[in-house]
Amino acid sequence: MLRLTTTWIRRNLVVIAGLLTLAYLVLPNIIVMVFSFNKPAGRFNYSWREFSTDAWQDPCGVADMCDSLSLSLWIALWATIGATLLGSMIAFALVRYRFRARGAINSLIFLPMAMPEVVMAASLLTLFLNLGAELGPTTILIAHTMFCLSFVVVAVKARVMSMDPRLEEAAKDLYAGPVQTFLRVTLPIAAPGIAAGAMLAFALSFDDFIITNFNSGNTVTFPMFVWGSAQRGTPVQINVIGTAMFALAVIVVVAGQIISGRRRKSALPK
Amino acid sequence: MTVTEAPPASPAPAAPEPVLRKQPVRRKLVPYWLLLPGILWLLVFFALPMVYQASTSVQTGSLEKGFQVTWHFQTYWDALSEYYPQFLRSLLYAGTATILCLLLGYPLAYLIAFKAGRWRNLLLVLVIAPFFTSFLIRTLAWKTILADGGPVVDVLNTVGFLDVTGWLGMTEGNRVLATPLAVVTGLTYNFLPFMILPLYTSLERIDPRLHEAAGDLYARPSTVFRRVTFPLSMPGVVSGTLLTFIPASGDYVNAELLGSTDTRMVGNVIQSQFLRVLDYPTAAALSFILMAVVLIMVTVYIRRAGTEDLV
Repeated sequence: MLRLTTTWIRRNLVVIAGLLTLAYLVLPNIIVMVFSFNKPAGRFNYSWREFSTDAWQDPCGVADMCDSLSLSLWIALWATIGATLLGSMIAFALVRYRFRARGAINSLIFLPMAMPEVVMAASLLTLFLNLGAELGPTTILIAHTMFCLSFVVVAVKARVMSMDPRLEEAAKDLYAGPVQTFLRVTLPIAAPGIAAGAMLAFALSFDDFIITNFNSGNTVTFPMFVWGSAQRGTPVQINVIGTAMFALAVIVVVAGQIISGRRRKSALPK
Repeated sequence: MTVTEAPPASPAPAAPEPVLRKQPVRRKLVPYWLLLPGILWLLVFFALPMVYQASTSVQTGSLEKGFQVTWHFQTYWDALSEYYPQFLRSLLYAGTATILCLLLGYPLAYLIAFKAGRWRNLLLVLVIAPFFTSFLIRTLAWKTILADGGPVVDVLNTVGFLDVTGWLGMTEGNRVLATPLAVVTGLTYNFLPFMILPLYTSLERIDPRLHEAAGDLYARPSTVFRRVTFPLSMPGVVSGTLLTFIPASGDYVNAELLGSTDTRMVGNVIQSQFLRVLDYPTAAALSFILMAVVLIMVTVYIRRAGTEDLV
């Protein structure tokens, strides 16, 4: 019996180790979810006391929290639009055209991703201080657009590179002008890459803390609110927001999977 | 293998040269117009701040009288001699977290790539999903998990794990919170997906027939892994370790929320010098040293690992 167990463990070692890692990754999310139903004794929501749905019934019951949440969503939206637009343009230029200083431009795009965030945050703050700029939503937006840009470039570039250039040639052979070719052939094919880049930018901006911490002045985004509450006392509503966002994201991803799976099935010849 | 998902890798000629040769000047300017806004943004808000930071680091003065560039390189020496423990600690914690991420992340990436079958997409979602809950909230959850006298700490204590980490200087007594172990646990947890995803991408590209071929040649499973799978996954190992080590080395959130004053990293020092003490030259010098150290390590590492094309 013992030998059987050890052989079984040995054979499934990778699966066991992998699932343990997965548990390590998911455990904090489970804790966040469970503690959104807690009724803590003091100001901090770190130890379990009793079950309650108070926080879920009044998610905005904490002063300033929902304001910070909507500010974060607003900044993430505009940073995503800016970074996606600028980043996609760069990606198209890098893949489709030849120009001077390609190496320097590649480094300029790679470096923000190879830099500890605190370095970018600190140097950007010295720039704003030297220029006498007032710190607030605008400086946060500028900073977020800057660090999301490179990630969009990478995502879009990968997609455009794997694109068959003969498709565009075919469009031109069929007398499509450059604008028509771009809008009806190139853009639809590149769309998944652009969408992936945009989603990444939104997630990065929405969850950013370090760069925002340096460049926000007195403005409070949602991560800044959570940071502050770690010192003052953590309301249960934080866990409600965290759980709701997690659930929403999982639903969106699963729905997307089902839809694309159905499409693929119906596209297959019977 | 889901063949339908992967687009056929057609031999795509990268740059359509003949099209460009006889273009009017206006067409030749197109790439520059496409690049201009984004590159300008990066120059003004990424490159220029570096210059300002370099200049700030050699200034002297005070908040009231203002700061002047005096080429005071002494600041670098002073900052290093005062804060070298935090520096070494950052590199140590980030390095440990990176190795742990590789050891923990590899089996999961391997599982998703080769053994998950129809569960593959679900497992991938579970790896990415934690991202959607703010990482600060998730880091705070570790305060609950590692709480003194909680079940996790009890188990670790009973199996003698805390004796080992105590001997290594990672914990003190029978608590985990506010020790280096807690900070490293948080760092490992926070950057694990950045290790798993590149690993998965490069493992997934490996043709399973290579494994079969190795098996047909009488290679034992461990030999197949050592001689075939692992070498082919090197691009993922390199980018995964970089994506983990770089952000971990500058992080101050985990050290602040899960650690104590004895676990402060260089990020904590830069943050407090910049935002609380308002000693800009010291903060700028520290941040510059951190940047230089990371860039040098990354360059050497990429050269040695032989992966040039990361962008």
